[in-house]
Amino acid sequence: MPLPKPFEAALPSSDHSRFLFPILFGICFAAAFVGSWQLAQIQPGLLFEAEGRRNMGRFITGMFPPDLSLNFLRFLVVPFFETIQISVMGTVLAIAIGFPLSLLGTASLAHTGMLNDLEIAGSPGRRLARTLPYVLARAVMSVFRCIPEFVWAFMFVRAVGLGPFPGVLAIGVSYGGMLGKVYSEILENLEVQPSEALQATGASRWKILVYGMLPQALPQLVSYTLYRWECAVRASAILGFIGAGGLGQQIELSMRMFNFHEVVTLVLILFLLVAAVDFLSARARKAIV
Amino acid sequence: MRAATLLVPAGILVLVLWSWHGTRFDPVGLLGADGRAQMLAYAEKLFPPDLSPDLLRKVAYWSLETFAISFMGTLLSVTVALALVFFASRNLVFAGVLFEVDGAGQPTRIARIGLFVAAKALLNLLRTVPHIVWALIFVFAVGLGPFPGVLALGLHTGGVLGKLFAEVVEDIETQPLAALQAAGASRPQVFFYGVLPRVLPQFLAYSLYRWEVNIREAIILGYVGAGGLGQQIQIAISLFLENKLLTLILAIYLMVTLVDYLSAYLRRRLL
Repeated sequence: MPLPKPFEAALPSSDHSRFLFPILFGICFAAAFVGSWQLAQIQPGLLFEAEGRRNMGRFITGMFPPDLSLNFLRFLVVPFFETIQISVMGTVLAIAIGFPLSLLGTASLAHTGMLNDLEIAGSPGRRLARTLPYVLARAVMSVFRCIPEFVWAFMFVRAVGLGPFPGVLAIGVSYGGMLGKVYSEILENLEVQPSEALQATGASRWKILVYGMLPQALPQLVSYTLYRWECAVRASAILGFIGAGGLGQQIELSMRMFNFHEVVTLVLILFLLVAAVDFLSARARKAIV
Repeated sequence: MRAATLLVPAGILVLVLWSWHGTRFDPVGLLGADGRAQMLAYAEKLFPPDLSPDLLRKVAYWSLETFAISFMGTLLSVTVALALVFFASRNLVFAGVLFEVDGAGQPTRIARIGLFVAAKALLNLLRTVPHIVWALIFVFAVGLGPFPGVLALGLHTGGVLGKLFAEVVEDIETQPLAALQAAGASRPQVFFYGVLPRVLPQFLAYSLYRWEVNIREAIILGYVGAGGLGQQIQIAISLFLENKLLTLILAIYLMVTLVDYLSAYLRRRLL
């Protein structure tokens, strides 16, 4: 539909990239689709083969009735609480790792903006001394979060042995990187006026952080941390698969022993746990924000 | 109020202490002289990464395989979510402005609510079962390889996206829909001209975010035999091939960073 003249003028000028992008995107998408289809060995037919169907049937009939015997449930009490404990301790460790890193990795605290402009102006040495920790902190956070918690857990199981402790360390390190990144984004996007006012009164950098920035940022920081705790509960259940304790370990065992009626019970318990944590954390977030 | 302000920190403190005890959290053991020496020794064994051309070629292939699992898994999940979301949104099935003046009788209404409940329940089921359990189930059904990984990601993430999509649909403003309806548009017309244009950008943003999650989960799924970098990590760790392990970790870092970057770029360009 041709647009009336004034509207056309208001649109961004139609340079090459506007036409090129959809075409390039289409080509790349098609290539990725075809390549991935082959690499991932997609064979929908397999789902309808007799053997696959038989296996699925065995699985589904094996699931019922779920194992709700008192013996089994009593056996799950410890892993159940262990999963919660791993998630809590993992989140605490993630805060301990992520918060200091986020302070170093916040540009407006480290090397830009009005907090630093005056001090840095005309001194390349001082600029470097301020920029270097910032770059390092960013790099550390990026490594921490881009290696999945599952790989960390593998390595920590090697380093400190089986049990919940390596699970805590894995969640702490990888979530520490994620919290650090998001914390520094939150601190970066605060209103600057309060900090400016504090600086004008001669407050030190620490005081500006504690009285000017943190009170403003706290609801968001807490809210995101709570969200991460929800994720940590799920993650701690998965980490059990590689021997880091909790419900996951039990799911793996039951799965390997073909005790599917136990798997159903475990997944149900996991569902209830996750739902309860989601509810709690949503309530807490609403109370804060 | 006074009591609550004290109770919350106290409760958190108790929770943390209980967890500290229960997980046998031991920072002193970890960061003490022994622990440090042990970790340092392990870190030293990791270096240098194995960069032989032969291994690099294989790592490139495994990286592409992991990428393929995450990509196809995300596409499948979007398909699953799109197939279910419009049945799982109240305002499109039985409630709100579209159904205020409804000629249909009670039985139709009950059938509609039933449809909604069924779609919601299915989404909940897909989401509740962790992807790693889905993967184990599909390994049973179709054998080892990346395909069960794709199916697992697709179903689990399909449940997650379906829920998020339904929230988007239920949150759209009703005025445009009411206006369309007042102009005499049929329900499909209201859907295509009033609902879809509003929700598609959000759908796309959520899907791209989930892709970032899925590249990480595709690696985890390697552990249960779904191929790619995850499986090789497991092999390298079990066989004490530390130098190879470091190469794989570097590859994972690159893949995850690449997908994060791609997703952010596409979100910027497409939205």
